[in-house]
Amino acid sequence: MNILENIIIIIYLAVLGYLGFVGYKQTKSSADYLIAGGDTHPFVMALSYGATFISTAAIVGFGGVAAWLGNSLLWLTFCNIFIGVFVAFVFLGNPTRKMGIRLNAHTFPELLGRRFNSKFIQMFGGVLITIFMPLYTSAVLIGGTEFLVAYFKVDYHLALLVMSVIVTGYVLAGGLKGVMLTDALQGVIMFVAMMILLVMVFDAVGGVDVGFTKLEHVWNETVASLGSVNMKDLKAGSPDFMMKLSMNWGFQGWNKMPVFLSEGWLFVITTITMGVGIGVLAQPQLVVRFMTVKSKNELNRAVLIGGVFIIAMTGIIFIVGALTNVWYYEFNEGKNALQSAGGVGKVIPHFINAAMPKWFAFIFLFALISAAMSTLSSQFHAMGTAIGRDVFEQIAGKHNPNSLLITRVGIIVMIVISVSLAYVFDKQPAIIARSTAIFFALCASIFLPTYFGGLFWKRMTKKGAIASMAVGTVVTTFWLLFVHFQEAKELGICKMLFGVNTLLSGKITFVDAMIVALPLSALTAVVVSFMTKPESPALIKKCFED
Amino acid sequence: MGTFDLGVGTAFWLMNASALLCVIYGVVNWNKDKEEKVLSTKSWDRDEARINKDL
Repeated sequence: MNILENIIIIIYLAVLGYLGFVGYKQTKSSADYLIAGGDTHPFVMALSYGATFISTAAIVGFGGVAAWLGNSLLWLTFCNIFIGVFVAFVFLGNPTRKMGIRLNAHTFPELLGRRFNSKFIQMFGGVLITIFMPLYTSAVLIGGTEFLVAYFKVDYHLALLVMSVIVTGYVLAGGLKGVMLTDALQGVIMFVAMMILLVMVFDAVGGVDVGFTKLEHVWNETVASLGSVNMKDLKAGSPDFMMKLSMNWGFQGWNKMPVFLSEGWLFVITTITMGVGIGVLAQPQLVVRFMTVKSKNELNRAVLIGGVFIIAMTGIIFIVGALTNVWYYEFNEGKNALQSAGGVGKVIPHFINAAMPKWFAFIFLFALISAAMSTLSSQFHAMGTAIGRDVFEQIAGKHNPNSLLITRVGIIVMIVISVSLAYVFDKQPAIIARSTAIFFALCASIFLPTYFGGLFWKRMTKKGAIASMAVGTVVTTFWLLFVHFQEAKELGICKMLFGVNTLLSGKITFVDAMIVALPLSALTAVVVSFMTKPESPALIKKCFED
Repeated sequence: MGTFDLGVGTAFWLMNASALLCVIYGVVNWNKDKEEKVLSTKSWDRDEARINKDL
């Protein structure tokens, strides 16, 4: 690193420190710490939502998957924008905001708990977030760390430790105000870097149409040629093994959809597109942002900013991910991206450092660190508040003087757990995208029917909500442990109990857990609610009337 | 984008159309909300004790 790079890094960290300090100075109450006081500027809110939504998991993890599986991932970008921004802000944002104010809710589980007058729901939600979110957090940590390793040529473990320490500092100090202010700054850096990246990549591959046309040629030369190779002759997890696997799954090229209802189609549509695309609606760290603005106008304005931001993030990185195959083919002895970088998660970091000028790699470093930190800080904040507000306060009582301390201790504990998982999971193939998809699917299956019903269906009852969350938890867990092809095999519990990798066989093992669990969870909510006594008119009035 | 097949091409254009929808919606509704006055006067902390007691 030269002196200029050192100075810029120090300035960046100083600005983050300053924004964390501003958040700290403005944090005078639990509402400030938990929901940023409820008066956040729409620009800050939208960029914070977007920067939290788009992490290194999206850029490094899913960008790498795009290099592997191609532009079929653009379906996820469509869902990210249409469902994750438009539907979320236009249809869920304001009802969530208003109900949050009426019920004085400060966290997502607290909103659900108070809507149904149930401490159990709040605690259950808090416990689930505490258990499952580290999975997603570890994915984000791995993504950011991989780039630090590629850029600085440092030890993976050291890079992981440094990033965790920095994020811990400003989450502990500033609460959600500090988190959102730093998110907004990081969102701007991410946006600028992505726009530059798009222009430079199209320039490097000879233009838009030329680049996409070359992709077909590269597929034919480097992947289709594997058609005659036997899978058993390839080393499991190697680049050629992964490309051959994609062909066996029904992929036909980077510009084409996999064969309809093939394993690849089910993976792209049910796990990647629907699992992540729908799962975003019930992300605790994102839902809480709706409660940070003072009016619907802020949400309306955030739709504009959020839509542009998301297409500039996932739209660009998925297209760039696929096009890296062209660049590598032309500049690295006829190899495709996976063959050159060595693995799905390594493609984007390797490409940026190999193909882009040094100055841009440095800018992109900031974009990726920003993406990682903005998501991590929100995740740690959500996990800390789940422990402090949703679990501890429900046991120890409201207004407990130790509540904020417990939240901060909870953040530290969750950071340690997440970092530990990032150490353990690092070598797993495509772990970043998979962990993200699992967490999003879990959130959708467990929380979405209760969240939707709570906002829009007055007849939904507490027992209906609890039954729905229980069914979502049980079915999703069962599917991951005993049915889904990758998780069931790697977790090994099915093998240990029944002697087989999965209880079912065939294409159904490629269907994402959410596709099964969410309808069952929603059906349970409806059936049990109709079978049980409606909630009291006083509670309904408190939830729905000003 | 002539090299995309129908499935990928559809995703590409839907992605752009949904981003455009977000921009148009944001511009049209930039300052349209009239509910602001109803809820903005409420304080987050003010009613905490009463609501906890009620629930």
